[in-house]
Formats: sequence, structure tokens, C-alpha cells
Amino acid sequence: MPEAPAAVREQPRRHWREMALSYGIYIILALFVLTMALLSPNFLRATNLLNIVVQASTVAVIAVGTTMVILLAEIDLSVGSVAALAGAVTAGVLKAAAGATAPGLGFVLLAILTGMAIGTALGAVNGALTVWGGIPSFIVTLGMLSVGRGLTLLYTGGRPIFGLGETFSRIAYGKLGPVPVPILVLVALYTVAALFLHTTQLGRYIYAAGTNRRAVALAGVNVNRLKVGVFALAGTLAGLGGVLLTSRLDSAQPTAATGWELDVIAAVVLGGTSLYGGRGAVVKTLVGAIILQLISNGLNLLNVQAYWQQITKGAVILLALLLERSLRRVRGGETM
Amino acid sequence: MANATPLLQLDGIVKRFGGVLALDDVSMSVERGTVVGLIGDNGAGKSTLIKVVSGAHQPDGGAVRFDGAPVRISTPRFAKEIGIETVYQDLALVDTLDAAGNIFLGREIVRFGAGPVKVLNKRRMQLSARELLGRLGLELPSSGTEVGMLSGGQRQSVAISRALYTSPKLVILDEPTSALAVTEARKVLELPRTLADQGVAVIIISHTLQDVLDVTDRIVVLRKGRKVADLATTDTSLEELVTYIVGSERAKGAGYA
Repeated sequence: MPEAPAAVREQPRRHWREMALSYGIYIILALFVLTMALLSPNFLRATNLLNIVVQASTVAVIAVGTTMVILLAEIDLSVGSVAALAGAVTAGVLKAAAGATAPGLGFVLLAILTGMAIGTALGAVNGALTVWGGIPSFIVTLGMLSVGRGLTLLYTGGRPIFGLGETFSRIAYGKLGPVPVPILVLVALYTVAALFLHTTQLGRYIYAAGTNRRAVALAGVNVNRLKVGVFALAGTLAGLGGVLLTSRLDSAQPTAATGWELDVIAAVVLGGTSLYGGRGAVVKTLVGAIILQLISNGLNLLNVQAYWQQITKGAVILLALLLERSLRRVRGGETM
Repeated sequence: MANATPLLQLDGIVKRFGGVLALDDVSMSVERGTVVGLIGDNGAGKSTLIKVVSGAHQPDGGAVRFDGAPVRISTPRFAKEIGIETVYQDLALVDTLDAAGNIFLGREIVRFGAGPVKVLNKRRMQLSARELLGRLGLELPSSGTEVGMLSGGQRQSVAISRALYTSPKLVILDEPTSALAVTEARKVLELPRTLADQGVAVIIISHTLQDVLDVTDRIVVLRKGRKVADLATTDTSLEELVTYIVGSERAKGAGYA
């Protein structure tokens, strides 16, 4: 083939870019861990490390759904509000079901499922408005961000819901052997999500539709239904994140998870998933979420004022995007 | 085979986009084992007509018969099921998938599972893709190479193999050579004849009139959504085609004819 030599010549340069795109995130993680370990002697203790992952877990759970949404070249800005509403409804069901006594396992499960179902419903509305309403998901989910928060305030009357019982708080604070429950949830969820995305037909369609929506539709795949399904799943996982958060706070706060869309998207983007869709790996989103948590922890350990933390987080996202873009640009002549 | 009825028969097809009449009472037919060229200026309605046949657009009027029976080609999937495959101008490939991934897009070989969880058999798809391309005398780019990295000709090979995988009865080639270098285009142009010799019906859309004259049996000309000519290739000429494409008065005015 005549074009083979050209392709071969391009190889070395593409190679290091490819490597940087594939493994950069792990190097950044290692650098962060190293820096933190040098700055604080307590950092490398197992309890502290586990704690960091536990703290990252709520954002990381939600970010699984957002990764899939972004792989489809869509966006979901409503996850924080949806998580808050799901958490509030879960708390409400727990209170209502419990009556005088503390709710048992059955009630707890019912409450969790109700909360997650609320997330599914709002996510499905996001998807339906995007796909069949023809409104960009950016605007749809921006609207849902406001609607979800409003519903949460309405539902809670603007007051926290307390007293959710021993069983429910064990979700966030329980352990199986030495491993905290949230970490078990994380490992299970990320394993399933990675297997789903990389080995199944639907997983492949998510990547493919994010790259060339029309080609996938022409191949006979119902891309609209796929999108609605992914938005619904993202809502479900936002709901699960809300449940975890409510358990950790041992209460449903009407303003819980405010601004989390930024953390979640930051985790996905730091993980290298392209905002243009079609490229990315869900496991790296977990690494992204942990790096974000490391940044917060590190700044706390260094006694940096909280205001600076917000600035740092925003700057990290923008830097990650700039880096990704400059690495990606030369790659194969930008095929988007 | 004595098949009196054409494989594809379009009868009075009408398609509107808002106030624009994209197809105005277009009738044509395609016989088995023949290559029909579909030509016309930009906006003449070629692509719209093709999309009606491939299930991407629904006609607002008219009837379609395929293989002797009236059909309503409601989706691209249905078109494939009855044996109509389309290779689009922009190839409609997914750049981030490899060749096998594209060839099997929408009909992946599944190892096990049901509903939303169907586990892909990537190895078998790889092997089948290699075999399929081999039969066409083409080489499979190494597994895992995204098709976005391939040359125009290689991409075209992938797109065509994709269409031929199901042994279709009708293959539609939409501007198959527009993105190719001359040598690559020559190779691609041998394909319609090969297919027709195997009894497949082929519709080819092209702007390159000489190519159409070289490879077709019949030529249909569209202008402003209407069919203005339906000619046996042996009975026509480049000049005549140009006249039909631009309209006779304008052709003379512009000095084409």
C-alpha cells in the first residue's frame, strides 16, 4: 500500500502522545501521592488513604454515569440537584416508613430504591428532552439543575431531614472486614461499568454513537433510545450518589451536593474522557475523582483557605482540557 | 433467470422538506444484475432518493416495490433486512472503531448474553472481517487500528465490505470515488461490474460522468427533483447527459453542448 511509509514515519511522534493520553493520568496521580507523602507524614497511612477514597466515592459513583453521557458527546449538569432530591426522598421515605421505631433493612432498601428511582425518572426526562425535544443537553440539564434543586427545597421545606436510623448510616460508615462499604460499592460499580463499556454491544454503541451518531443510526441502532437510556442510568447513579451522601451526613440537606456537577465533570475530564465524545475509559474517571479529592485534602493539610480550593479545582479542569486538546490535535489529523 | 419484474421499482415518489419539493413524482426501476447510474446537479434530489430507498427518509407519496412485493422501507434496519445496502458518500464509518468494528457495526457477533448485556465476540469478528476482505482481494488493516487513521481507499474498502457482508440484493454506492486518488478510484470502479455479474443490482451516484458512462448499463438523470431522462448507457453520450443535467437552454447558453 502506497500510504504505508507515511504512516510508519508518523509513528514515533504519535507514540508518545498516545502514551501521554493513555497513562498521563496515572503519572499525575503518582506525582500527587508522592508530593503529599513528602508534605505530610500521616498521608500514607492506610486509614488516611482509605478515607480519601471514601470521601471521593460519592462523586466517583455519580461520575460513572456522567462518563457515559460524555462518551455520547452529551453533558449532564443536573447530577448535583438530582442527587440532592434523591437523598431527600430517601430520607423522607425512611422517616415515613419508620414511624416510631428505627427503620429495618427492608425499609432501608425500599427507601434507597425509591431515591434511585427518582434519579432514573429525572435522568429519563433529561434524555427525552434532549433527544425528542431537540434541545441541547447542556440547556436541558441546566434547566433540570434548577428544577431538581427547587423540588428538593420544596420537598424538605428548606429544612434538613434528621434521624434516619442506625441501619441507614451503615451504608457510609459500615465495613466489611477492613474495607469500608463505600469502597466496595465503588469497586463493584466500576468493575461492572468497565466490563459493560468494553465488552458489550451496547457499550460499543455508546462509544460509536459518540464518535459518529449518524453512522450508528444508519447501521440500524436506535441511538435515541440508547441516549435516553444512558441519561436515565446517569440519573440513577446520581440518585445512588445522593443516597451515599445522605447516609454519610446522616441527614438529607436541602442544599446538599450543590455545585457537584463541576466536581463530577472534572473527574471525568481529568480521567481523559473527551468532551467531544467517543473516547475515554471509565476506570480513569475513578482516578480523576481520587486526584480531585487529593487536591482538596492536600490543600486542607497545607491550611490553604477554602476559597483557593475552588479556584484550584476550576484551574485544574481547564488545564486538563488544554493539555488533552493539544495532545489530541495532531493525532491522525483530528477526525471529529 | 427469467425475471420479468425489476428488483426495485419506484413509482411516483414524492418527498417534501417543509416547503421544498425535493422529489417530484419520480419513477424508476432497477433490474437484477444491472448497474444503474443516478446523476444530476447538486440539489437535484439524488441523495434524497437514495435515502428513501435505504430507509433513512420516508416518502410523502408514491409506492415502492422490492423483489416483486410492495414494501414500506420504514427504517435503515428494515432496508438491510430485505437486502438493500448503502455505502454513503462520507462513508458513515465510526472513526474510533477498527475495521472489523465498522464492518460489524449494528450486527456484532455476540458471544453470550441478552437484552442490554450482550458480550461481543471480538476475535470472531476480526477473523470474519479478514476473510470477507480477502474475498474482495483486500487486506484488513491490523486489528485495533482506528479507521480514522486509514487512507481514503482503505476506508472505502472497509465501507464496501461492510455493505457486502450480508450478500445484499441491491447495493447503493453514493459517490464512491469522490474521496479517492485516481488509482484508488479505478479499483473501486471495478466493483459495480463484479457485483452485477453475480446478479446483484447496483445503483451508483456520481458527479464524474465519465465514470458513470464507463460502468453503468442505464443512466437516470434528475433535475430539480424530477426525473428528466432514463437512458441506456450505450445510446447516450457525455454531451447528452450534460444537457439533461443542466437543462437544454442553459446548456446551450453556457456553451456545454
